[in-house]
Amino acid sequence: MTDQQREVILRVEGLKKYFPVRRGVFQRHVGNVRAVDDVSFDVYRGETLGLVGESGCGKTTTGRTIIRLYEPTDGQVYFEDVDLASIKGSQLRQMRRKMQMIFQDPYASLSPRMSVLGIVGEPLEVHRVAAGAERQERVAELLQLVGLNPAHMKRYPHEFSGGQRQRIGLARSLALNPDLIICDEPISALDVSIQAQVVNLLEELQEKLGLTYIFIAHDLSMVRHISNRVAVMYLGKIVELTDRDELYGNPLHPYTQALLSAVPVPDPIVEEQRQRIILEGDLPSPAHPPEGCNFNTRCPVAMEQCFEMEPEFIEVEKGHFCACHRVQPEV
Amino acid sequence: MSAYEAQPATENLLEVKDLVTRFYTEDGVVYAVNGVSYNLSEGGTLGVVGESGCGKSVHALSVMRLIPMPPGKIESGQVLLRGQDILKVSESEMRRVRGAKIAMIFQDPMTSLNPVLTVGFQIMEALKLHQGMNDKEARERAAELLTMVGIPEASQRLDDYPHQFSGGMRQRAMIAMGLSCNPLLLIADEPTTALDVTIQAQIIDLVKRLQDKLGMAVIWITHDLGVVAGLAKQVNVMYAGSLIEKGPVKEIYGNPHHPYTVGLLGSLPHPDAPQGVRLFSIQGEPPDLVGLPEGCPFAPRCTYAVERCLHEMPLLESAEPGHMVACWEKERVSKTQ
Repeated sequence: MTDQQREVILRVEGLKKYFPVRRGVFQRHVGNVRAVDDVSFDVYRGETLGLVGESGCGKTTTGRTIIRLYEPTDGQVYFEDVDLASIKGSQLRQMRRKMQMIFQDPYASLSPRMSVLGIVGEPLEVHRVAAGAERQERVAELLQLVGLNPAHMKRYPHEFSGGQRQRIGLARSLALNPDLIICDEPISALDVSIQAQVVNLLEELQEKLGLTYIFIAHDLSMVRHISNRVAVMYLGKIVELTDRDELYGNPLHPYTQALLSAVPVPDPIVEEQRQRIILEGDLPSPAHPPEGCNFNTRCPVAMEQCFEMEPEFIEVEKGHFCACHRVQPEV
Repeated sequence: MSAYEAQPATENLLEVKDLVTRFYTEDGVVYAVNGVSYNLSEGGTLGVVGESGCGKSVHALSVMRLIPMPPGKIESGQVLLRGQDILKVSESEMRRVRGAKIAMIFQDPMTSLNPVLTVGFQIMEALKLHQGMNDKEARERAAELLTMVGIPEASQRLDDYPHQFSGGMRQRAMIAMGLSCNPLLLIADEPTTALDVTIQAQIIDLVKRLQDKLGMAVIWITHDLGVVAGLAKQVNVMYAGSLIEKGPVKEIYGNPHHPYTVGLLGSLPHPDAPQGVRLFSIQGEPPDLVGLPEGCPFAPRCTYAVERCLHEMPLLESAEPGHMVACWEKERVSKTQ
């Protein structure tokens, strides 16, 4: 696809989400956890954007702030050119129909006291789309779509396995015909053989319904499989963003390089010959990120400049964005 | 000292023979481990792979005799450590084996460390108990161990509590504790599952280096086929409490014979696959281990299954030299690969 053909469905500009740290009897505000710190990217209609990073890097918070489950501290989110941060009430509810989310833990994200009919049918009721027999019909249709038996709609979540529960969550998210689904680690709680089933289902539905996904995960090989473009996050910032093949074939940021080299490959012959970049130390706390580039405490190629100045997130090659002093665009 | 000190009569450090473990619960009998047999050589590395509920952890806990009894029961089998059956020894003797001869590290380092005791105290405890060290010696040794696993300023960090350590550091501390008495065998039960990939790479690298240095054998239990590929020499694949395929790691990955192993490897995304290629997926779900049906446990999900598979459990038989498979249709499976 060329740029002209690609329609931007979601534009995120300078998004920030800080969580206040409070201490003492009077709950004095003593600092901020910068969970998401100045993140900008576009999502094109019909694509899958992978969002990867290690725990605590802010990928989940980014997803939740986009959909306004969290109020952003700063920045704009445009969905089909509507600024989501500025709208309220019924307007926001209207927009929410077009954006849905599925969650990591299929055990915690479904109410144990509601039947499948109640869970999947709830959005239809809340948004007054369908009721009664019509609702039941639509739920049956949705269950069929995600590969569940509609005859089981009177059952409760505990009667289903993890993979089936994830399908129930997916059916619920599809109830209102959304355009965009934010998938927050949808497969990491599932077994390997079940993961493949759910990923295949997500891909089939994308083709059938023309969905756009933001796929948040820490499993880099699965992200590579499902995504068109991939953004790598570290400590609240996107450090690199580009096409899937470009990112995995030609990673520019030292963190992306280390991250990719740390992923075990299920092939003993490849593993034997691999040279790993082993990063020293742990992730710094997002409450006290390092000065300058926030990767400088672990970066194997950090130089003086990296401790003084924050690198800008720039387009270094066509469609390849990176935030690193070592990586500069060719002039 | 004890029998395990003697030079091994065989070259196998550990021989597990026909191990059967069941749990007697209110819902019925859980057939958790159903006749698992394998050998592990001195200093060898064995990967045990399988999905949740396949019995890989219960099998390891059975080897350590850490199964809660009741409801659990080791029904039969032998676990020979340098020729001595540790399922037969007294509980007090077993306590000398655990920690000193076989050490185990677990998935979640937060729940396996005691939060109200300092890290140093917990490492020193084993040293004082098993090696008869006094406080001063134990403290010095504990600091040495923490340094060895790569924790900076170890002698000061001994006085920290577990919550002051990061996840990776806690797992390092657990490894230090496991290695404190120079065990012959380290059983690692999903030790990196709760950690990030860059930290996982650090821990794997650490265990490999320590193994080279100390010469211990390692059993690495995981669901991650990638981790095993880079770490183990031998692989056991488990499904529904049974060992269904075992052999050298390159054989298993390069030439799998069991339909489950084939499916499991196929369900992983291939790095060189072009965009849009679907993953291979195994239909259905693993069986409930309560009242396991007769026949091959994989038969209901297997595309190769024939009538016989539904009634008769296949035996673990040699397919290639050193490569054992439990499948009636193994020739047909390997031919179609």
